[in-house]
Amino acid sequence: MRVSLIALAVASTLTAAPALAEELTGTLKKIKDSGVLNLGHRESSIPFSYLDDNQKPIGYSMDLCNRVVENVKKELKLPTLLVKYTPVTSQTRIPLMTNGTIDIECGSTTNSIERQKQVAFGVSTYVTSVRMLTKTNAGIKTLNDLNGKPVVTTTGTTSDRYIKQNEKGLSIDVKNVYGKDHADSFLMVDTGRAAAFVMDDVLLAGLIANAKTPKDFAIVGPALSVEPYGIMLRKDDPQFKTLVDKTLVGLMKSGEINAVYNRWFMSSIPPRNINLNLPMSPQLKEALKTPNDKGV
Amino acid sequence: MSAYQWHWGVIFEPVPDTGEFYYQWLLSGLGWTLTTALAAWCIALLVGTLVGVARTVPNRLVSGLATAYVELFRNIPLIVQMFLWFFVLPEFLPAAVGNWVKQDMPLPAFSTAVMALGIYTAARIAEQVRTGILTLSRGQKNAGLAMGLTLWQTYRYVLLPVAFRVITPPLTSEFMNIFKNSAVALVIGLTELTFQMRQITGEYAPANPIEVMTITSVLYLLVAFSANRLMAWLERKTRIPGTIGGGQS
Repeated sequence: MRVSLIALAVASTLTAAPALAEELTGTLKKIKDSGVLNLGHRESSIPFSYLDDNQKPIGYSMDLCNRVVENVKKELKLPTLLVKYTPVTSQTRIPLMTNGTIDIECGSTTNSIERQKQVAFGVSTYVTSVRMLTKTNAGIKTLNDLNGKPVVTTTGTTSDRYIKQNEKGLSIDVKNVYGKDHADSFLMVDTGRAAAFVMDDVLLAGLIANAKTPKDFAIVGPALSVEPYGIMLRKDDPQFKTLVDKTLVGLMKSGEINAVYNRWFMSSIPPRNINLNLPMSPQLKEALKTPNDKGV
Repeated sequence: MSAYQWHWGVIFEPVPDTGEFYYQWLLSGLGWTLTTALAAWCIALLVGTLVGVARTVPNRLVSGLATAYVELFRNIPLIVQMFLWFFVLPEFLPAAVGNWVKQDMPLPAFSTAVMALGIYTAARIAEQVRTGILTLSRGQKNAGLAMGLTLWQTYRYVLLPVAFRVITPPLTSEFMNIFKNSAVALVIGLTELTFQMRQITGEYAPANPIEVMTITSVLYLLVAFSANRLMAWLERKTRIPGTIGGGQS
């Protein structure tokens, strides 16, 4: 009896994924030892990672991360793996990742060279472009139309930098004003304190979809900058990164990611059943066709 | 497992694509914090003294209005007041004035922040001024009036000089608070110190938030502590031995 048990164990080890053949290191070892995976999520980053009516984190990034969690369970043969959810903000996500509070961050984090000094990223799962939100009746179509007008961006984002760069090139002069968060910045445009709100297109689409009369607002102008979003991981942790990338590339190659995309960007989503109506951009299609983890 | 990469020199690095340095941003933020707080303090001291005195005068209507002022501005959170002044008030003004406030008023965030912070702090100072006046024995006021001073003169030459000395310690706290409370103005987009901290730790130099937050905290600490020392010096300088609050001679 004992012999057969050992044989069974050996057999199952042999058939398991090759990663297990080598000794576990880094995050996978930490998860195996503790039986807990700590997942960091955002609270209001619609539709990537946010809380639904039951305070449960949901979204595009969360769906992708849940596939990663499934694969971690399989890989470590830990069907009872406990996933602990920790909310993070753009200020806390990096310290919490490096100090081990979270093992994986599923939000809307730009994969930047600057961040790669502290953390690593899985292959890019989304590509955002920075554009302008204006009132439809304001008659603003290009950057030139903003000359002399107040333009709002949200504190802590780099969007004002693109205006600054572009205004130099066009010798236009805008008054930079700031909102505390995206809702405030949107309010500035809504109340006429600002002529345009410069931000990632997906966030703008979410704000418009949530507005009382979405018809009054439009996203206009060229892409001022293009940035890839990635699932954030700890640095120097090759085993876990390989597992994450394998999962994501698998979804991209099989085309399953299209269904996930459509669920969050092209159909009604909680909590208010809004539809972002944001088709895949050419840049995103490209990123899904040739998966990569290059930062900007 | 990787560890947090400490880099305290991060604030001396250049901001990408701007030709500026992060420490310049923090200094500019510090400048706005000081300017806003000091300007608001002037309003707060002036309005607070008037309202505080008004709460103690015999005229029922005047003291009632002063009480209403204090209760209104002291019972609404400062962050809500900022928001109301900035976003809601212009909507209730005549359209032309509202549009001017929203689009052409110079330094919209700064002027709104100074007003909101000043009016809010005035309500708190008013309470302290009233306390200071009520601490003095009733005989002082009666003596002043009996000597033929008008009510105004009694306040000016008898009551307020001592009352202000009595309330210097709580005023010190209030003076320190106004610097810290000015951080709330970031909700209306004032580019003060906390705003710059969030700006840097957000997307600009996101890799080292802990260092930038720590440095910002130390700057606030230095500002508040300097305010504290200044008031302590003022307290020593203006002390009158033998009066209430005069301390040991």
